Amino acid sequence: MNPGQLTLYLFVFTAIISVLVMIFTRTVFYAALALTVCLISMAGIYALLYAEFLAITQLVIYAGGVLVLILFGIMLTNRISGKPLITESHHVIKSAIISAGMFLILLVTYQKTSFDQSQSAPAPGNHINKIGIELMSNYVAPFELGGILLLVCLIGAALMASSFKKNDHV
Amino acid sequence: MSDHTLLFALGAFLFSAGLLIVLTKKNAIMILLGIELMLNASNLNLILFNRQNPTTYEGQFFALFVILVAVCEAAVGIAIILKAYHYFHTSVPDQFSDLKERN
Repeated sequence: MNPGQLTLYLFVFTAIISVLVMIFTRTVFYAALALTVCLISMAGIYALLYAEFLAITQLVIYAGGVLVLILFGIMLTNRISGKPLITESHHVIKSAIISAGMFLILLVTYQKTSFDQSQSAPAPGNHINKIGIELMSNYVAPFELGGILLLVCLIGAALMASSFKKNDHV
Repeated sequence: MSDHTLLFALGAFLFSAGLLIVLTKKNAIMILLGIELMLNASNLNLILFNRQNPTTYEGQFFALFVILVAVCEAAVGIAIILKAYHYFHTSVPDQFSDLKERN
């Protein structure tokens, strides 16, 4: 077992433990922190799979941006009483059966699919450089559309979350 | 068991854990966290499929645009949850009783 494999197993273990914490905790704040740990360990897995650009994107956007937004949301939807935001569960048995079935279906599908294992050697060279060139040549239309989508979401979210009308009730 | 099989199993586990969180938890923010987890599981699978053909970057670009749409979804979702909390004083969707403003 080489060090890369050991690191991979460590990241997988951390991801599984933090997801279990997310499932079994009742405090929403702890669940958000566990999701942060899961996302950071998945960034490590991406880096080990030669997707360095995605690993950095995951760290900057998810662990830095989205999780801060969600923590703001948790704190703003908390009553002033100072008690932590507690979530209840419902339909536990039915949902456990459905998601276990989903897990089994996905595993059986992977088992039945024959992947070409011969080509999985890492390509030489600088991946981030090539990704930048591809993004600005072949993928420029989805890139620009993504920019427009982000702008629309920014304006829409700001408009929706702000209460600028004078006659709004509290 | 090779590393790729382990990572496929991890992706399946993360997806079904996200599904379990979306189905069981009552709070809207927990539902949002579950959706983020499912999107991340799909990203892991896309990157793994990209590893089957490492000379191209289609899987990584798909994952990049999935991250982009997930960011938009989180921003708008949090805005909707805040607005609903403003009216109903709770973030549990079961207790959102009407779509119209109450008079």
